[in-house]
Amino acid sequence: MKRLSEERTKILFEKLAKYIGTNVQQLIDRPDGTYCFREHRDRIYYVSERILKLSECFGYKQLVCVGTCFGKFSKTDKLKFHITALYYLAPYAQYKVWVKPSFEQQYLYGNHIPKSGLGRITENAGQYQGVVVFSMNDLALGFGVLARSTTECKSADPLSTVCFHQSDIGEYIRAEDTLF
Amino acid sequence: MGRKADYSEKEKKGPGRKTRKQGPPTFPKKSFAPMDDEDKRLSHRQKQRVAKREQKKVVQKAKLKEKREKQPVQKKQQKYNSESEPEDEEMSEQEEQVSTDEEVPQLVPIKKQLKANGVKNKKEIVAAESESDEEDIEEMEEEATDNEDEEEEDDEDEAQVGKLTDLFEGNSDDEFDVSGEEEADEEDDDESDDDENMPIERASKKLKSRQAKDAELAEEELQMTVDQADIFRFPVEGEEPEKELTLQDVQQRIKDVMQVLSDFNKHREEGRSRAEYTELLRHDLCLYYSYNEFLMEKLMDIFKLSDLMDYLEASEVARPLTIRTNSLKTRRRDLAGALINRGVNLDPLGKWTNVGLVVFNSTVPLGATPEYLAGHYMIQGASSMLPVVALAPQENERILDMCSAPGGKGSHIAAVMKNTGTLFANDANRDRIKAVVANFHRLGIVNAVISCEDATKFRNIMTGFDRVLLDAPCTGTGVVSKDPSVKTTKSEIDVQRCYNLQRKLLLTAIDCVDAKSKTGGYIVYSTCSILPEENEWVIDYALKKRNVKLVPLGIDFGEPGFTKFRQHRYHPSMNLSKRFYPHTSNMDGFYVAKLKKFSNTIPITKEQQEADEKQLDEAIAAEATATEEEAPTAGDETEETKERKLLGKRAGKPNLTDVEQDLKKKKLEQSKTKYVARVFEKPVKVPKKPKPEQPAATEQKQQESGQKKMQNDKKPENTQNYKKQGIVQKRTPKPQNDKKQENGQQKSKEAPQKPAAKTQENGKQNTQKKAKVDVAPSKPKANAKLAKAKRVDVDEVPLLEGKPIKNKSKFNQKSKQVGQLSKSKKPEGKKQKFKK
Repeated sequence: MKRLSEERTKILFEKLAKYIGTNVQQLIDRPDGTYCFREHRDRIYYVSERILKLSECFGYKQLVCVGTCFGKFSKTDKLKFHITALYYLAPYAQYKVWVKPSFEQQYLYGNHIPKSGLGRITENAGQYQGVVVFSMNDLALGFGVLARSTTECKSADPLSTVCFHQSDIGEYIRAEDTLF
Repeated sequence: MGRKADYSEKEKKGPGRKTRKQGPPTFPKKSFAPMDDEDKRLSHRQKQRVAKREQKKVVQKAKLKEKREKQPVQKKQQKYNSESEPEDEEMSEQEEQVSTDEEVPQLVPIKKQLKANGVKNKKEIVAAESESDEEDIEEMEEEATDNEDEEEEDDEDEAQVGKLTDLFEGNSDDEFDVSGEEEADEEDDDESDDDENMPIERASKKLKSRQAKDAELAEEELQMTVDQADIFRFPVEGEEPEKELTLQDVQQRIKDVMQVLSDFNKHREEGRSRAEYTELLRHDLCLYYSYNEFLMEKLMDIFKLSDLMDYLEASEVARPLTIRTNSLKTRRRDLAGALINRGVNLDPLGKWTNVGLVVFNSTVPLGATPEYLAGHYMIQGASSMLPVVALAPQENERILDMCSAPGGKGSHIAAVMKNTGTLFANDANRDRIKAVVANFHRLGIVNAVISCEDATKFRNIMTGFDRVLLDAPCTGTGVVSKDPSVKTTKSEIDVQRCYNLQRKLLLTAIDCVDAKSKTGGYIVYSTCSILPEENEWVIDYALKKRNVKLVPLGIDFGEPGFTKFRQHRYHPSMNLSKRFYPHTSNMDGFYVAKLKKFSNTIPITKEQQEADEKQLDEAIAAEATATEEEAPTAGDETEETKERKLLGKRAGKPNLTDVEQDLKKKKLEQSKTKYVARVFEKPVKVPKKPKPEQPAATEQKQQESGQKKMQNDKKPENTQNYKKQGIVQKRTPKPQNDKKQENGQQKSKEAPQKPAAKTQENGKQNTQKKAKVDVAPSKPKANAKLAKAKRVDVDEVPLLEGKPIKNKSKFNQKSKQVGQLSKSKKPEGKKQKFKK
């Protein structure tokens, strides 16, 4: 467990801001104790300081995971969020997309969302805005980025992609080996 | 005045009485029906008539008896009267037999034996009467107009018939067939008396006879089964080959033996002991349920016979699928609703849990629904919720789950704690730890630290936990329905390996707990095994070694733990722990015990503790070596196989002959028993026995080199060696033999005890090394020289006769060398064999 470098911190918060905007503040200042981001083997973990202290007993190799993993830095310092980050992204998300029940399963297999699968969408979302994808009964399914803005969506062709898939909860099964 | 007539024409209201057409007459069918539906109700009059008839019969019987004593033969010709209906005759004859059969099964054979016997006659009469009875009823049904007189006649006739035949047989040399025929004829006569050749009657006769045939067959079959059932004969060895046994036979035999054992004094066969029966039963159960002998023996020790069958049957069927609601993300009712919408049929699991759901059937795969992926539930056996229920975690506690993969129980703990406090999930297996991480993230657990440590060293990393859950690795004998391979693969050595590890883990778990914790200080120990070795015995060990006591689990079902098992006597409070069986609580076999630590001090001294540690370590290490050794020691019989072994362990295996495989098995067993380490004693290193197939010469050598050693060791296993030596010595010429023995003894007295002691030490210290050394394929080649030299010595032994100590001392030295260098005689023996 080590602190994030200045640079990586910046990348992380930029990325977070894409999905939850100013709510990043709420991840840092919490009423139930201080929480912090830590890096362990290029992965970002978000964890309470109290637990973090306890985890210091373990050796570098023995420690597998503390708190919640947000994502992983690539060798070129690009951050990719894992589906595990959804636990914190979903409640704070500013822009959301709902998919129709008929398209739920498709999305969980890793497909982009076409206009025909779109159930609802938050107003005023711009192109390439990070969004959290929900099912129609408000089950967080994953996250992605909008392929076109809300207004463009309305006039889009039914088969054209509205939202690019980035991650979905199907990865818990599909990508267990690579994720963890 | 009167009433005024109404002259207006009445309208017809219906079709009128006459318009209704009468249907064709219907006759009661029963008059043609076979006579066995006697149970049809009789009218009042009929009943009366029947009663009368009965009375008459009684009177007639009495008369008959009298008559029989007096009357001579009267009608002989009658038998030839109606041979015109051969078919009917035969059939009726058969029927006759049947009717007699019903009463006395073995009548036919007996008859021939006791031809002129009065007893038989009586029977015959009875049979005849019964027949007449039947006929009567038939008649009664047929013709309502029959009057009693007629019947009386009939009866009398038939009574005579019975008597006639008897007499006939009694004085004639005719066979039974004839008499039967005669009787049939008689019947025919009756018929012809009434009205000849009524087709319906004939048909009815045929039908009757056919039925009788069927009845006869059925009777035979029944008799056979009865014969099988009521007498269980103990199978004699070698009498019936095993391959002829079908599974049904085995099952039948299991049932029989069960019955015998249930009331042994009553059903036993004379001269058979209970042990023989149980042995047979075990063998059959092994065969039928495909367990290995070891596990079946254990199970028979654990369960009563009746329970055993229930358990075995229950182990064959899968337990119902259960899921646990993740209370962090949803409620059980919501989840149930969502799943029902997806076409899942489910119900709450039980009163003891408020998160469990049992799934009866499902149209969708439960491991891939969006709810599952969103972490609303976890697929988890009912039994694995029990330890967490017993642990009863509180909020803001620090809890350790020592062997957590795949994270079911750990996530349950976190859910009960509502994501407060800290949960440490540990597992030694790095591959399986991934599943823990995945599950924890999916279920939204954020207060967990997941580590991959050796759990036995956890006390060096962190202590002071409020509660510890130890779901120890075990043989899995409780989850046979999930993993049937357990039935055949587990052996004594596996169990031993498990319980040594379990003891170590449990001690560590206890050490990790803080007894002064305000809310906790509890340890929950659970296994999915039902063997007492892995459960009660382990707990008992911990009770002795640490300041802990057993406390109630807070679960109101399940069987109490054993306080005694065979020769073991466990702590009396062991009944506070619980066992769960598939046949009683419909969940996997499970054991849960809850311990409370009441003091942080360790009751035993540090030295003792270290000794214990060492002991357990050694036991585990020894077992490890044993397993390592298993594969290589086996099957290096020929040079071919040796060469193959260089290629790989399995390379030569398929080509082994049966003999070799047998040898292999023997060795395997030997190696196992050799390393069976009792925990309360130090693991004993037993010197290897000389191989039974070794030629005499080799044994001689061994005798020379080994005698000294053996006299030093006092282990009972060596007696065998001595015996062998004795045998070998008898083969060699006598005088020499005597001398040799003397010499040997002298030597053993004279010779300094160093070498032997040395080898012993070596043996103890590096068991592991030694095993490998023995096995290494290159080693025998290196030893070749030594072996040669040694053989020369042995060949010279006869020459030793006259020459005293000098040569002997040489010999002595050489054997010492051999002992030091090769340490074990095995490779040499082999080498020699190859050379021959």
